[in-house]
This record gives sequence, C-alpha cells and structure tokens, in this order.
Amino acid sequence: MTSDGAGGESRASRKSRSVSIRIIGLGNELRGDDAVGILMARRLRQEIGDRVEVVEAEMAGVDLVELMNGADVAILIDAARSGQAPGTIHRLDASADSISGPVFPHSSHAIGTADALELARAMGVLPATVIVYGVEAENTEAGQRLSPPVAKALNQVVARIVQDCEACCA
Amino acid sequence: MAEDTSKARTISVGTIARVEGEGALRVTVKDGAVQDVELKIFEPPRFFEAFLQGRHYEEVPDIVARICGICPVAYQMSAVHAIEQVFGLQVDGALRDLRRLLYCGEWIESHALHVYLLHAPDFLGYDSGIAMAKDHAAIVSRGLRLKKAGNAMMTLLGGRSVHPVSVKVGGFSRVPSRRELESLRGELLWARDAAVETVRWVAGFDYPDFLSDYNYVALAHPDEYPFNEGDVVASSGLRISVNEFEQHFTEHQVGYSTALHCTLHGASYLVGPLARLNLNREHLTPLARQVLVDTGIALPLQNPFHGIIARSVEILFALEESLRLIERYESPPAPALPIVVRPGIGMACTEAPRGILYHRYEVDADGVIRMVKIVPPTSQNQSRIEQDLRLFLPRVLDRSNEEASLACERVIRCYDPCISCATHFLNLEIRRDQ
Repeated sequence: MTSDGAGGESRASRKSRSVSIRIIGLGNELRGDDAVGILMARRLRQEIGDRVEVVEAEMAGVDLVELMNGADVAILIDAARSGQAPGTIHRLDASADSISGPVFPHSSHAIGTADALELARAMGVLPATVIVYGVEAENTEAGQRLSPPVAKALNQVVARIVQDCEACCA
Repeated sequence: MAEDTSKARTISVGTIARVEGEGALRVTVKDGAVQDVELKIFEPPRFFEAFLQGRHYEEVPDIVARICGICPVAYQMSAVHAIEQVFGLQVDGALRDLRRLLYCGEWIESHALHVYLLHAPDFLGYDSGIAMAKDHAAIVSRGLRLKKAGNAMMTLLGGRSVHPVSVKVGGFSRVPSRRELESLRGELLWARDAAVETVRWVAGFDYPDFLSDYNYVALAHPDEYPFNEGDVVASSGLRISVNEFEQHFTEHQVGYSTALHCTLHGASYLVGPLARLNLNREHLTPLARQVLVDTGIALPLQNPFHGIIARSVEILFALEESLRLIERYESPPAPALPIVVRPGIGMACTEAPRGILYHRYEVDADGVIRMVKIVPPTSQNQSRIEQDLRLFLPRVLDRSNEEASLACERVIRCYDPCISCATHFLNLEIRRDQ
C-alpha cells in the first residue's frame, strides 16, 4: 500500500491532540468508482492532514489489521456494491459489531474489509472507534473516471469525515 | 451439494474457501468408487497474453504485475528475464542481488499469509483464520508481523507493497541506498527468529498419513536456492534449460475449467515449495538445516499436507538470504543496464511463491511485443491436485457430503492454489450416480 505520502515525518509533531485518528482510504485507483476511497483520502490529507493521519491502502486485505494498529479512531473509506443507487452513502460503526453484510460482504476466498476488521477484533487490537464509510459504485471498469453520482458523494463524505474528526477531538 | 443416494452421489464444493480466487470441485462417485474429479476454475479468462501483444517491452513489467496481487514480483521477474534474453542482457552484481531481495519479500509476504491465516486453521481445528485468532491472538500477530516484514521489503524495493513499480528490463527505475536497506535489518532479525518459531510450531501439527509419489519440478542452480535463474529439473531425472521448457511441458484445455492444464511428458507433476525444498535442500542455510534436525523433519517431504512445513522453511530461508544480501550490498553504478533493442524470442522461468512461472516473449526490431506465452504454477499443479484428490477421496467417502467436502478443501489448500493466476479456482460437488 501506498502509505502516507503527505509526510509520515510529521506523525508525532502533528499529532498534538490526545486522540489519534487514522483515515484509511481503500480501493483500486485504476478501476473507476473503486478509486473513491483513495481519492477521498487525498482530499482529506489536504484538508485536515495536519491533524489526522491519512493512509492510502490499495488492496489492503489482511494488512488492514496492522494499518489500524495503535490508532484510537480508525475511519475507513471504500467503494461498496450492495445494489442501491450509485452515490448512496453508507456509514457503519464497526466499533462493537461486525459490519459484514450486503454493503461489505464476507468473502470466503480473500480477506476483505469486513473480515480484516473481525480479525483485528478477534486479536484484541481493533481501535476503540471504527467508522466505515462506503459509497455505492456505479462503474468499476478499469480505466474509467468517477461516475457523477459517486463524485458528488465524495464531496459529501469528505465533509462528514471532517465533522467526525472535529467531534472526536472536541 | 447434491443428494446422497445409497449407491451414487455427487460431492460438490460450491466455493472453495481460503484460496486466492474463485473455483469449485466436482466429484462423481459410483458404486463407492470415484469416477471423475474435476477441479473447476471459473474465474474469467484474463487474456493477458493477448493484450500484451502490440505493447512496447518497457510496458510489460507494469502490465504483468497486475496479473496477481499476491505474486506480482514473480510475473515481473519472469518477464524481464525473458526480454533480457532477447536483448542479450545479463543482469549481475548488486542489481541481481536486489532482484533476489525483492523476490524474498514476496515469498515472505505470500508464505506468511498462507501459513498463518489460510492453512494453519485446518490443523488446529478452526474454520477460519478469524476463529483461530480468537484463541491464538499472539500467534496470528506473529504471522501478521512476519508478513509486514515482507511488505516493508516490497515497499522499499518495489515502490509499493502491491504491484511494485520499480522493476524494469535491465534493472530497476530506482535502487535503494545502503542506509535504506540497513533500516530493514532490525525487523528482519526479529523476523528470522519468528521464522524459526514458525517452523517449530508447524512441525508440531498432526498431519494426515498421506504419502504420494510426486514428480517434483523446480528450478535448480549450482550455487544457490533458486529464485530467478537455473535449469528446470524434475525428481524423475529430467534436467533441461528453460529454453527447452515447451519441448517437454504441454498445456491443454479441459472443458470444465477456464485454466489450462499443463503436463510433463503427458503426466502430472508438482511445483511449489515442497518441490523446491526437496530438489534444492543442499542450498539451505545451516540454521534452516539445524531447525529441521531439531524438529525431526526429514527431507524429502512426500506428504502434500507438509506444504505448510516447506513454506515455513522457505520463510526462514528468505529472511536469512535477505540479511545476507543486505550485508553485502553496495549501490550499483546505475539503477539499470543500458538496453540495445533487437528482435528475437526469449524465455524465462522464475520461482513464484507457488512454483515455477514460465514466460516466453517474441519481440520485434522496434521493441514491440508480438507473442506471449505465460504458464503459471497453479495451472501446472491442477492435474496433480485432481490426482491427489482421487487418492484421498476413498478415505472420506463414508462421511457426509459436507464432511467429505471440507476434507477435499483441506487437500486443495495444501497447494496454496492461486486461481486468479491460473485463469487464466473453488466450489466442491460430489455426484454419486445410481
């Protein structure tokens, strides 16, 4: 995964607040709307990168356990495909219970986001607060741009995550 | 899963769990005897060989890296070696060492995931890595940290931990400084000790008493445990140069699978960690040999369930090899050798985590790719997996379809099949006919 291009150097210096928040963008940048998590991470790095850690994690799988490790709050952002209208925003709280379901399905042959969260929970290393945002994708074909409804949702989710972070640090 | 009748049944594994990619297994049983075993790979065909045609050779390492998220380095290495053969280029010294080091990172990443999260639950009685982690958090944590050590090597050398971007024909787009490599050393020392513990841990598992007479196939090199170079050797006695591969190994289609089957002189064979370890045991490090002696593991290993032992030994080897390569590293004068394009055909075989990966490229005078052939390890192992299931199934036919299916899945996981790669894999169905 591409980690924290905006400056891992300042992790300690910029983490002046007592609550450590880590935003993790997931997905494949080359596959249309699947890029939405990565693109949101980049926007959030620009907007609040001085206050929170931002990680871009393409194909994180089981590595998500390590990527969340040590954070008080983990906010995960990814594309979703549950059959709802493209651009629909899902906000799931994984802090206490599994989010495995239609939005983030359990996968028997690969360790997906919902499984990695359960692995971290089983190991006792899941951050105290884990929020997962999913944006319903329209088109995940290789080489495509974000579809208009997903691009619109991106802006809304970025604004909500900024609010989430402010609430956590208040 | 189909109905069981007194005389005939079909055992069907709908989607084989804890393997990379999607596939299924269908077994037909008649009058208590196994009739057909079909390992069905239904991942869609990938067409990589076709869409590499017409691309410039410089694009190849980045395109083939996208074939697999688990073993992208293998695809890159087989590709660059084959194209370098066309151009008459030999990559030596520090650049060769860096390629071995990058490959070590991929083996550590891939093997640690399989040993700890995909395969170990079968031996400890859990249906998933998550269920196992509830009771064995410290062990799973060790596995994830081992994997992370591999990730760190991939990130430093490849530019990112998945689908690395630094590999190019002639060398790398960027090489690390000695100081950067040395920054890995502390964690690799921890990982080496964890790898010793891993071998001891898996050596204590209960293994089914199941021996098979394999024709093992792997690369063999006079001076080293193989990654990038060597002859193709088989335990049957075959020893050929990589350029002779297609004269001995043949791919053919089967109707039930989107992956080609590959045979050696018409017969099945086995590639991967078991084959590599058995055929290259003289190149193990003193520490790896000592751990084998201490744990009572005698080579050659002939039980497919011992694949987890072979993988664990290879994690240890890869860590020791990484430390050795880092110790002697001096930055090369340039990150890549100069290229003089010339037309021709080149072949290469390298050792992917799951076994030998063969590539052949035909390149024209402008450096444009005209023809590509890729033979991944899982398609080479498919026939052998089916054969092992035939041998194993009589032991479980008296069980319910569900139990028989689970037992078959365990057999299949021994080979760590990568279905995404091979489609170019798993559901199990056992049909018991009247």
